Order: sequence, then structure tokens, then C-alpha cells
Amino acid sequence: MELKMASAPFRFVTQVSVTQMTQWKAKNIYELLSCLKEVPGSVIYHHTHRFLKQHQFLLPEPPNDFAYWVDTALQDEKLAEKLFAIDTIRFPTIRDIREKVVQTIEEHLISYKNHHDAPAGDEFYFKQSISFVLPTPYETWNLSEFAEALKKVSINSLYHHIFEARIRPPLEINDFSNWFETALGETKLAEAISKMDPYTHTLEGLRHQVINLVERRIQEMMHV
Amino acid sequence: MFNLDDYISIVGENEISELRLISEKLRGKSIVNINSTSTGGGVAEILNRMVPLLKEMGVNARWECIKGGEKFFIITKKFHNALHGKKEQLSKEDFELYLDTVRDNVLSLSLDADILFIHDPQPAALVLERNKYKNRWIWRCHIDLSEKDETLWNFLKPMIQQYDASVFSAPSFTQGLLHRQMLIPPSIDPLSDKNKELPQRTIDEVLSRFKIDAERPIVTQISRFDYFKDPVGVIEAYKLVKQYVNCQLVLAGGSADDDPEGVKVLTEVRQKAGEDTDIHILCLPPTSHIEINALQRASTVVLQKSLKEGFGLTVSEALWKGKPVIASAVGGIPLQITHKYSGILTHSIEGTAYWLKQLLQNPEYAKKLGDNGREQVRNNFLLTRHLREYMLLFLSLDHPNETLIYL
Repeated sequence: MELKMASAPFRFVTQVSVTQMTQWKAKNIYELLSCLKEVPGSVIYHHTHRFLKQHQFLLPEPPNDFAYWVDTALQDEKLAEKLFAIDTIRFPTIRDIREKVVQTIEEHLISYKNHHDAPAGDEFYFKQSISFVLPTPYETWNLSEFAEALKKVSINSLYHHIFEARIRPPLEINDFSNWFETALGETKLAEAISKMDPYTHTLEGLRHQVINLVERRIQEMMHV
Repeated sequence: MFNLDDYISIVGENEISELRLISEKLRGKSIVNINSTSTGGGVAEILNRMVPLLKEMGVNARWECIKGGEKFFIITKKFHNALHGKKEQLSKEDFELYLDTVRDNVLSLSLDADILFIHDPQPAALVLERNKYKNRWIWRCHIDLSEKDETLWNFLKPMIQQYDASVFSAPSFTQGLLHRQMLIPPSIDPLSDKNKELPQRTIDEVLSRFKIDAERPIVTQISRFDYFKDPVGVIEAYKLVKQYVNCQLVLAGGSADDDPEGVKVLTEVRQKAGEDTDIHILCLPPTSHIEINALQRASTVVLQKSLKEGFGLTVSEALWKGKPVIASAVGGIPLQITHKYSGILTHSIEGTAYWLKQLLQNPEYAKKLGDNGREQVRNNFLLTRHLREYMLLFLSLDHPNETLIYL
């Protein structure tokens, strides 16, 4: 049996970035809080998402720079733990992530005053990414072509289609699920991939899991 | 010289394919790097590798150097030191000679390129000519400016502000400039003599030449004989550990013949070492890349106990060789080491001794640190990442206010 052709192809793109410094910097928790309310969304995005790519081989947990700094520079383990535990994927927009981080710090400060300054040179420097999206040569029209291409694209491409996709319209859906559903009518496959928690896997782990789901679906179709 | 494809075995095919994809977007643009020397020093080392690789990808990249007399280079050496925080005497005449010399270079340089990439303070004043051209200018600062001399900075800053962007190696080096300030750390070349894989017989030969016992643990610090590198502190830490572990210490650095302070430091280091034949003090010529590589590879633990540091790429060199590294939390070192994950960060002689003893007695934990450190370098501090970020920097010039750019 021939595999169904999509109504529109899936075009893999890749996303690469370079870091830009901003004018904001904090030496204690109060300054961090004040800056968090002020900085552009792109800054919040950088500090809550850059780990996903940079530590892809190391950590399946979703860390963020704020938690890491509070832990290592301010040595406030209680607050750090609360910040580490913020499950960024549950928040549909960067604004929501910002509000959650601010709220977590404000609630903590009601009971625990922390007037420690970070050691000199260890201040928190707010940064943002300048991201570039580039087309790759991979364009696929059916599930089989998709699985083969997914084996070849870079983790930067995977990052773009899974993580970056969630915060641009249509919100909260990754590009793969969106294509499976709208161009191939593969609703179940789309759902299965949407249900995966991408923040609990490394990017390579995610790649294998998506390929497995797609290949299993191909097997099912071939045996109908 | 190596080709881009030679890096595939280290960083993977995807990484190299992406470099080629990015480079296609730079086709047709001319880029000229300008610094003050074609040999010696980290900037020349990086440009020597980077420019041929850009050319291989079809990017019209060139590298030119400004020329100047002895006086000019004495003044710019003072600039370098003062920007690093050392007290220097700079006169009005010095500033005038600097500006005159840079101006004398204008006709011999390709200032009409699409992008001028100017490295460090020596050629920085070239930007005063930019109004004659319709092109983009970037200042690449390789220096730690966190304790810079304010008088000198007040002289340089109005020039630096005329650039479209500046690039720094670490967050604390950045300044309150009005244009885009980018963060691009330096890198090591995994294929260079200093970092490439070595056969065991080469390592053995180097150990035997320097009479180092391959059967006992080797603790090494590679650095100039300079107070900022604290070699005396390294010996003190070693002596604290030696009571428990029968290890050897190797302190290897460049020859100090032409550096009066270096000679003084070396004398103090020799005095501190005393009669201990397990302390090996090695003064090596600047071309001893294979020897340094072999010493790092033979080490059980590598130290970088600096009191002050620029970026401290010797840390990345050791991490790349999978070595557990104990280093001071200064300069760019905390960017390279995540404490207790990809190495150890310390703040004192006692702390260094404590961790050194721990790592010598817990080889499994030490190995894990080394393995993680190597991956940290693979992902963040290799030449290919540096190349990618420079190309993105060039592309960003056409999108001054955007953070998400579709190409």
C-alpha cells in the first residue's frame, strides 16, 4: 500500500542564534526581581530556553538561568528549588513564564528575606538571543520521507519545530503535530506527539521518540 | 591547513552542513579582518584558522594588519595593559602618535569592504574614517575590560561608539555602549598541534624527556610564570596534598628570558619548590605545542589556579582532553566550568588542595568531571561554534533591531 501524500509538504528549517548583552544586570534578588519585570520577553525566553540546546547531552530536566544563579551566586537553595521546579512547558506564552517567575520570587521573599549580594563578577547579566531561521534542503510529502529527513536534520532544526513552534501561532502546538493533522489528517499521531513532554528528554531522545512513533504508524498503515 | 570536512568527525555532519547553509547567506559580501600582527598571540592564532575556513565556504573574507613603528607598539602595549587594569603612564603625545600611526595606515588597507571587523585597540581608531564609506564596522575586544583604566577608556570610548556593534568574550567584560554588544567567547581548535589526539608513544617520549614518572599521579598547571597565575600558590596546594598522595607536580610555561617580572616569579617558584624532585618546573619555547599537549594528556588532574584571568582558554584545552580540572572562579573560567559537574571551581589554596586530594583519591568521580568537561567544550568552545557565531554576527548587521530573523 502506498503512503498517503500530504496536501502541503513539511519543510524543515533550522534555527541558530548568537547572544546579545542587554543593559540590565542584577547583584541581588531584589534587583533581579525588578529587572525581571522590565526586560523584553526575548530576554526571558533566552534565560528559560537556552539550556535546552546547550545542555542537550547533559540534563533531561528543565533548568533555567534564574534558578541556577539564585543557587550558585546567592546560595538561596530554597528559592532555587522553587525556580528550578517551574515547568516552563505549562505556560503558553513568555508573558506567563515571566509572571510565574516573578510571583515565585515575591512569594518567597514574604517569608525569607535575602539581602545577600552576589560576589563581585558574579552578577546576573541579562542577555537575549538573536535567532536566525534558515531553510534546509529537506522537504517531505509523506510519513516515510518525514521519518528519513528527521534522522538527518540537526538538533537545532528539531529545537525550532518542537520548542520554538509552541510559542508562535498556532500557539501550544509543535510543527510536527500541526503538519500531521492539517496536511495528512493523522490526528492520532499528532496527538501522541503533542502529549510528549519535550522538556523531560534530551533533544536526541526526542528525535528517537518521534521517529519511533512515526515508523510505528507507517507499519500500521502498511498492514491495513 | 585543515578543511571544514576534517571537523565532521569531531562535531558531526549536521554542524558542518549548517555552517555551509549560513555561509550561503553571506555570499557577495566582503569582510576584512584587521589586527596588529599576523603571528603570535591568540587573535592571530584564531584568524589563521578562521579566514581560510570562511574562504573555503565561499565567503569573501580577508585579513590585513596595520603597520607601525616601535614607539607605536610600545604605546599600544601600554593600552593593552591599562585596559587589563595595570597602571600605565600615557601622555598626550602617546595618544597623538597612536592616532597619527593609525591614520598613516588608511590608504594601505581595504576599508571599502562591506564589513570591517577590527580586532582590539591597536587599529580601533580606523573607524574615524568610516564616513567615507557606506559599510558596517564591528569592534572585537579580546580584552577583559572589567578593571580598565578610565582615562584611556575615555579616549577610546567615543571611537568605539562609532562602530555598529562590538563583541566581547564574557559578560563582565562588556561596557555601557549604545550599540549592540555581542557575547562571543573564544575557542580552541581541536585539530591544532596543541589539541589534536596524540599517539601514546609521543606522550611517553615527552614524559621521559622531562624525567616525569608515568607510574605516579601527575598534577599539572600550564601557564606563564606570572604572579596572576599564582604558581607559588600551586606549589603550596601540592605540598598540602603530597602528605597524603605520592603525586608529582608539573609547572610548565614559556621561557621567561625577555620578561623581567617572569624571571623574578620563576626564581620565587624555584625557591618554593626547594629540593623536591617531584616538582618539575619546565620553561618551554613558544613552539612547544606538542609538548604542552602531551603534558596535559599525561596529567591526572590539571590546575589553573589564576588570581586573575582573561578568558583562560588553557582550561578548555585541558577539558577537551577529558581531564578533571580544578580552576579559580575568575575571568572567563566559570563560563567553561560548571562547579562539580564539568570541573571544580575554587577560591583559595586550601580549597584547591582539598579538591585536588578528593580527585586524586576518587578517580571515578574525576573521570566523570573530565567526560562532562569534554562535552561542555565540544558544545561551546570549539572553533566551529566560533565560526558560526561570527557569521551570524555579520548577518545581524542588516537587522539591527530584530531578535528573530528569517533568512
